[in-house]
Amino acid sequence: MDWTALTLSIELAAWTMAVLLPVGIALGRLLAWRQFAWKPLAEGVLALPLVLPPTVLGFYLLVSLGAASAVGQWYQSAFGRPLVFSFEGLLVASVVFNLPFAIQPMQRAFESIPRDVRDAAACCGLTPWQALVRIELPLAWPGILSGMVMTFAHTLGEFGVVLMVGGSIPGETRTVAIAIYDSVQSFDNAAAGVMSAVLLGLSLVAMALVYATSARRTRRRG
Amino acid sequence: MADRAATGLEVRLSQAGPIALQVELDCAAGEVLALVGPSGSGKSTVLRCIAGVIRAKSGRIAVGGEAWFDSDAGLSLPPRHRSAGFVFQNYALFPHMSAQANVEAAMGHVAPGDRAPRARALLDRVNLKGLESRRPAELSGGQQQRVAVARALARDPRVLLLDEPFSAVDRSTRQILYRELAILRRDLAMPVVLVTHDLDEAAMLADRMCILHRGRTLQAAAPHDLMLRPASSLVARLVDVKNIFRGKVLAHDEAAGTTLLEGLGQRLEALFDGRFAAGTEVQWAVPGSHVILHRRDRPSRGERENPVRGVIADFLPLGENASVVIRVDGPGEHLRVTFPLHVARRNGLEAGAEVVVSLLRDGIHLMPD
Repeated sequence: MDWTALTLSIELAAWTMAVLLPVGIALGRLLAWRQFAWKPLAEGVLALPLVLPPTVLGFYLLVSLGAASAVGQWYQSAFGRPLVFSFEGLLVASVVFNLPFAIQPMQRAFESIPRDVRDAAACCGLTPWQALVRIELPLAWPGILSGMVMTFAHTLGEFGVVLMVGGSIPGETRTVAIAIYDSVQSFDNAAAGVMSAVLLGLSLVAMALVYATSARRTRRRG
Repeated sequence: MADRAATGLEVRLSQAGPIALQVELDCAAGEVLALVGPSGSGKSTVLRCIAGVIRAKSGRIAVGGEAWFDSDAGLSLPPRHRSAGFVFQNYALFPHMSAQANVEAAMGHVAPGDRAPRARALLDRVNLKGLESRRPAELSGGQQQRVAVARALARDPRVLLLDEPFSAVDRSTRQILYRELAILRRDLAMPVVLVTHDLDEAAMLADRMCILHRGRTLQAAAPHDLMLRPASSLVARLVDVKNIFRGKVLAHDEAAGTTLLEGLGQRLEALFDGRFAAGTEVQWAVPGSHVILHRRDRPSRGERENPVRGVIADFLPLGENASVVIRVDGPGEHLRVTFPLHVARRNGLEAGAEVVVSLLRDGIHLMPD
């Protein structure tokens, strides 16, 4: 059992959630309530990670974050080390491939808040910030929680993108999914089995949590 | 109109789309103005423009002389700076909050320590004492409406806006809520705009009615005046005046206070109306309340006024009333009248029966053709 890899995976998932929580709320809310000409395109781009092969996504991320890219060069000059094959590079990739998992449940949750309720908040004299904190977030929280749990579970399990962008550097980019692969490659089926069981357990708990919150929401509305 | 503007609400809106608006209305402080029109006429849009949740292309909205929206000056206050209490059609209560918390949510302007007692007092005022801790889902439709009214008043608004506030409750609850609103409004010093498509509701609760049709305000007047003296045949149809006919002004007798009219194939006397010269083609209307049945057993008031003969083409008892369609002799036009069922029965009204009715002079109203 590679505890370092598991810890790294959980750290990566936590950081991804920390980044995607505000991003998901902002984008989910925007997509739920605003109509603009290129909205279908924006939604399509955000949903791409659902259908693209992870290696394709990983390849483009590698190219766009690599030493030859503008982002890579900027990162290199600002922090003195390359972005790809680092934890930070992995985090950027993780945020990108989790966008649909975080945003879509949040978007659905914000869409379910009636327009009149939002207007009522404004007519009650609430500022947009007060309306967000006191009305919108409490009503949308099951969707927000779903988005976060999906992000967490998906980050733990992602393999292709992580391998492309991060490689397998112990303690830096070797996540538990990569560790399982490496264990199998080196005929250590026992270690692979334990880690797989841990991932299975975590994922099951996460999914149960998602369904529990949505069931609770349905009951309350029903 | 000047004193109206000083304390009341003035609204002038115009835009070509997405919803066409050509609106001009005023509502004095303490007055209830019903904004009436068929669905899709733009009533709710006007209310939302006043509250500031949508913005018209051009116009001006002012309360007590202070502009909330003035397209010429580039001014449009956000809803939170407009101090309008809004009761939404489906109440739009915050579902995760108790009744008390819903009301307190609109009290940002009140010192935190005073909010709870004031919210309780407001809920008490709308007869919800004891239900403060319930969430909207645990309240009946009528109770939800009361919470919405309390929340709208919690802001100490300068204008109260009610968007079809009675449409989501059953009939018996509606009757109770009508009474409550009528009592509540005695103490309200702000302009109140009530949007409804129900003419009876408007006539019962409002001091004045404003007719809106396809986004355009057509006429504003006291409900009784509006139904008796619609400005056009379109308004007459919108306020459900049944008997609208074409006719021609024959002559005026100003001294006698009458205008002679040719209508229903005969000469009719109407109240003097100098707007139309002799010979002018007009439309004219007579409300059912001004059509008097000649009783067979004994003659009564007004029988000499404009007697009209006809045959009952349709007789339909509807509850305590009977809806009667009379085909007038001669031109074959139809008069629609409602009589109490017992009156109809006593006079032997039935399909095919011959009747004579009088069209009361005071009720005949002329409109441009």
